[in-house]
Amino acid sequence: MMKLNVNGSDRQVDADPDTPLLYVLRDDLQLNAAKFGCGLGQCGSCTVIVDGKAVLSCVTPVVLLEGRKVTTLEGLGTIEAPAPIQRAFIEEQAAQCGYCIAGMMMRAQALLQRNSKPTEAEIRAELGLHLCRCGTHMRILRAMHRAAKLMQTADASPTQRRTP
Amino acid sequence: MSTVVLNRRSVLAGSGALIVSFSLRNAIAQDQGAPAATPPPPPPGSLKGAPYLDSWIRIDADGAVTVFTGKAEIGQGFRTACQQIAAEELDVPFASLKLVTADTARTANEGYTSGSNSMKDSGTAVQHAAAQVRTLLIAEAARRLELPAESLNTGNGAVMAPDGRRLDYGELVAGEMLHVQAQAKSALKDPAAYRVMGQSVPRVDIPAKVTGGAAYVQDMRLPGMLHARVVRPPGYGAELTACDTSAVEKMPGVVKIVRDGNFLAVVAAKEFQAVKAMQVLASAAKWKETAKLPKQDNLPEMLTSLPSRDEIIFQQSNPSAAAARTIEATYTRPYQAHGSIGPSCAVAQLAGDTMTVWSHTQGVYPDRQGIAEMLRVPPARVRVIHVEGSGCYGHNGADDAAADAALIARALPGVPVRVQWTREQEHAWEPFGPAMVTRMKASLDGNGAIVDWSFDVWSNTHSTRPGGAGSMLAAQHMEQPFALPAPRPIPQPEGGGDRNAIPIYKFPNAKVVHHFIPAMPLRVSAMRGLGAYHNVFSMESFMDELAVLAGADPVEFRLRHLDDKRGRDAIEKAAREFGWLNGQKAPPDRGYGFAFARYKNLAAYCAIASEVEVNRQTGRPRLVRAVAAVDSGQVVNPDGLINQIEGAILQSMSWTLYESVGFDDKRITSIDWQTYPILRFDAVPERVDVHVINRPGQPFLGSGETGQGPAAASIANAIADATGKRLRDLPLTRKRIKDAIDA
Amino acid sequence: MASPRMIGGIVAIAVIAGAIAAAAIVWRPAIAAIEPPAPQSFDSALVKRGRDLADIGNCNDCHTVRGAKDFAGGLAVPTPFGIIYSSNITPDPETGIGRWSEAAFRRAMQSGVDRDGRHLYPTFPYDHFTHVSDEDDRALYAYLMTRRPVHAPARDNQLSFPFNQRLVVAGWKLLFLRPGSYQPDLTKSTEWNRGAYLVEGLAHCGACHTPRNALGAERTRAAFAGGDVDDWHAFAINSQSPAPVPWDADALFMYLRQGWHPDHGVARGPMAQVVRNLSDVPESDVRAIATYIADMFGAPAPDRKRRGDDLLARAASRPAQPPSGGSGNAGGEALYAAACASCHGGERAPPYGGIDLALSSAISGPDARNAANTVLMGIRPREGERGPIMPGFADSMTDQQIAALLTYLRASFSHQPPWTDTAEIVRNARDTPADASKRDRP
Repeated sequence: MMKLNVNGSDRQVDADPDTPLLYVLRDDLQLNAAKFGCGLGQCGSCTVIVDGKAVLSCVTPVVLLEGRKVTTLEGLGTIEAPAPIQRAFIEEQAAQCGYCIAGMMMRAQALLQRNSKPTEAEIRAELGLHLCRCGTHMRILRAMHRAAKLMQTADASPTQRRTP
Repeated sequence: MSTVVLNRRSVLAGSGALIVSFSLRNAIAQDQGAPAATPPPPPPGSLKGAPYLDSWIRIDADGAVTVFTGKAEIGQGFRTACQQIAAEELDVPFASLKLVTADTARTANEGYTSGSNSMKDSGTAVQHAAAQVRTLLIAEAARRLELPAESLNTGNGAVMAPDGRRLDYGELVAGEMLHVQAQAKSALKDPAAYRVMGQSVPRVDIPAKVTGGAAYVQDMRLPGMLHARVVRPPGYGAELTACDTSAVEKMPGVVKIVRDGNFLAVVAAKEFQAVKAMQVLASAAKWKETAKLPKQDNLPEMLTSLPSRDEIIFQQSNPSAAAARTIEATYTRPYQAHGSIGPSCAVAQLAGDTMTVWSHTQGVYPDRQGIAEMLRVPPARVRVIHVEGSGCYGHNGADDAAADAALIARALPGVPVRVQWTREQEHAWEPFGPAMVTRMKASLDGNGAIVDWSFDVWSNTHSTRPGGAGSMLAAQHMEQPFALPAPRPIPQPEGGGDRNAIPIYKFPNAKVVHHFIPAMPLRVSAMRGLGAYHNVFSMESFMDELAVLAGADPVEFRLRHLDDKRGRDAIEKAAREFGWLNGQKAPPDRGYGFAFARYKNLAAYCAIASEVEVNRQTGRPRLVRAVAAVDSGQVVNPDGLINQIEGAILQSMSWTLYESVGFDDKRITSIDWQTYPILRFDAVPERVDVHVINRPGQPFLGSGETGQGPAAASIANAIADATGKRLRDLPLTRKRIKDAIDA
Repeated sequence: MASPRMIGGIVAIAVIAGAIAAAAIVWRPAIAAIEPPAPQSFDSALVKRGRDLADIGNCNDCHTVRGAKDFAGGLAVPTPFGIIYSSNITPDPETGIGRWSEAAFRRAMQSGVDRDGRHLYPTFPYDHFTHVSDEDDRALYAYLMTRRPVHAPARDNQLSFPFNQRLVVAGWKLLFLRPGSYQPDLTKSTEWNRGAYLVEGLAHCGACHTPRNALGAERTRAAFAGGDVDDWHAFAINSQSPAPVPWDADALFMYLRQGWHPDHGVARGPMAQVVRNLSDVPESDVRAIATYIADMFGAPAPDRKRRGDDLLARAASRPAQPPSGGSGNAGGEALYAAACASCHGGERAPPYGGIDLALSSAISGPDARNAANTVLMGIRPREGERGPIMPGFADSMTDQQIAALLTYLRASFSHQPPWTDTAEIVRNARDTPADASKRDRP
């Protein structure tokens, strides 16, 4: 048994130390957001945040995480009370199949937490590990810019839906 | 004149009534000495195959409305669009509607969610069914209120009278009121009055996807569910000669090892236990490899040398046209992979004598048929329910994973079994988009107009979908295997390898030949666009080659040969929005390219202009910006449509610049993202602008596959413009561009 | 008997002569500026040849800042004496070499003097380029003069006194520059000589792979005995090679051509750009380089060869069981088993999986830098190219965890004595300045 801090709560998990965090999150803790895309650290779908840094949960065995804080997309907000990054992705409709999106959002969140005004080039470089097969890249970039703005405005009041 | 489809299903479903009335009418007509009456036209879209309204719409006593569609949400936004259509025609609040998608126990059989047919087939069916239901509700209200139907209105799920009385739909619906057949034509809402259709309603599935809600088959967790992993053979046709499972059986959490001929799988309590067991089982398995794959570096020669069934699919002749200059060119495409981001997954459970399979298959009914055949049970004992997976872009590993899950679940009656494919398995075992070769020859007359045109395309089938059990790996690998059914071409006007092979342009002389190659050295099937991707890439690249020969502007050259008005509008719109100027010259190291197609010559129109920069040192191409114009008929969700076209451009860019399946003489060698690189953010363009041409009231035109072919050709034409070199072999890699610049 | 005046006179003459000599050494005349030659005036075959030579010379690596315009310079090159910024070698007339004649270009290559007559710092490795033939200099000139001109003024070097005096460079040259073209060794094959010409000249391998003395010059008696670039170690590529499996010409060719070899590893750090350039040049040139360097490695001693064969045989019979227990480093062992073994110890041989670490030079090398860099940063995907991708563990592992892991890897996967300073090396590697880490992202 080991203790993991996930989304602010201490959780007891019965998993071997070499279990990648991804399986612990999905299988043991029934959290959906981090996805299995490759299990090889090549696509970014499994990205979560550990102590403020984005990590690939599929290549991060839980033995590394004793005493560290894990945050998943579920920990950022809900449908009723979405975090700025979640609002931004909804407002930009930045998804087609949506499978890669949770990983992108966690990478975005980690970036925006340490750099509140990233340039386009910085955002693109940050997302270099992330794959999107549907071709939603333009919207993902727009959503990240939007999230940066939402995070800056203290009172993020509901914004008009962008109509084409 | 359309005919009534007579098949067992429709007869049993009650179109017997139609038949009866048809023959009665005939009898009466003949009695009266009149000629036989024509049969009534069938209802539109998928209503043809499932004409009863309550197959599509159910209204409960409390007024809850449920809409049933046999199509699936595969990330293209269909669920939302379908819900918009129903809400509009029924006049109920959008958010109050519940939509049930493809499920063999609950929805009509609409075949596959493919071919960009969902809006045309299912959207149309839902639209007309909803409209007819609304008229029925009004008629019933009129009866009860003793008012003329024309005086009544609907809104917010109720029928309203001028005097203020109102009857909710729930109150009106009684008994078998909706168990009536769809009429051929229903009075549809005036597009000018649309409140929901035509609006960019936010996708209903996105909120859950961005907050960790259960959204995919990968997220399913049933009580008592076990995790399975398949150990696939190293290559096609490999035989399992030995497998000492004793070590695996002792591993923590392992519940069962399933071995059936060459099918090998392990089931464990926890997912990572299954992963580790799979690895040990894979090392314990000994295989005899039998595959003999062709040489990768002369694929086009190999393909065109295989026996083929040759069919002239289009011919037109005008001997008076005089050819002045002739050019020819050959274009090639390698095998390309769907490369779904989420490897395939399925859950199956044998409860009693019913096998239920949850799958992201594109076709729940065909899958059911295949799985039933594989399990050697009647189809009625199998239920397949669609649950979203990641984007599939055609026939990927979804059906195979479903078959895997069913086969394993059969060995563990009562237990839900989840099968998750690995990345390597998805890459190595998915059926690829077939390699293709096109050869074109065309002549210009003295005025620079095309006077003759010949187009030959060589390709495998573009569909080995189930149907038959033999389409699925588990069934092929079992002890008593099923053979892959003999491949057949998909007939025109849809086509497979010959999709979009017939030009939309008008040439005095034209001949199009489809060389259908039955032998499949690599596993192939439908990949988004089917043959259209390569056919449009080649045709639109060749049009540019001819334009250069004629000294003409590429846009003007296309317009000269196109009389389809909507096509012309799309071309002009894209050119205008791009800033395309006749005789323009791109900045140094840059080029402009243009391309246009109407998907299948039946579905949506798409024209794309692009600007590409080529680094002359390294050959690296960079898509700077792309501007598209799309005409999809009546637009249901403009933003959803734009999303699809943006996606098409970027996906096609990846196929076109990077992608080819790798293989040696025994195995597929491109088995992950290291060995099958695709588009990453460092190459994403600066801008992609999509302009929608809305056609209110016009039929829906499928748009999910309309952008890929024009995007490829547009980029290729821009590279040719930037470098002065024409590349004809996909993918247009940095190395190939560099070598072309050097030559 | 010399009178004081005579002595004084002789000393004066000696000093003056010395000064004249010194001046003669220090002072170089300016070569007249020319009108920038028209790109069309250069023969295209010559330009192409120049492009290949520039790739062999890795010119774009130093003379381009990542993400900026090719050859416009501005890259900070750290040296023990301060930071030198690479110059703009686009044909821009004001800030580049647009007004340089071919003679001026050749003089820079052969003697390290710019058009104005100023001595160039040997960070620009003219101690190697001096061996380049006039013909190849002509091709390089043609290539550079047909590039896109970029207006990018030079950045001031950050050197402290006295290194910021060009006079010092003159002294350095006197001591260390042996100008002159390559002299073939007639006892060796044509291919060997071609390789020697390229390696000692344009490819300037020794600039990274040869240790330097206190004055920053290559120690010619320790040719190819290993060196340092940024925060990476450039392995010895002579008989002192730490590679567990001895290199041969075929392996070198494959490695230089595609950037990795299953029995040796992946080119990372500054070498990544080198192999990227070499993937584009004529194959025969890469073969020649491989032949020459293989000769520098020399034939391995029999027991070293045998050890290498054993390691290969063991690696082939995967999945390898990592040596367990006895390392006294349960933490490192657990980390390897949990985080690394699935790629590095399993059935996935390169290019699909990680190299068997018993074959890795980084683990057997003189210090932990390369291994630490790789564990921290991973290996990034290259646009559109098939190649290894490895996750970086900087954000999931702490310094202590990485140090424990590296200690375990060293003990379990090499025959070499333990590394010292592993913890400090990991700490420094993590704090690597951004520029150097960008080198690993071609």
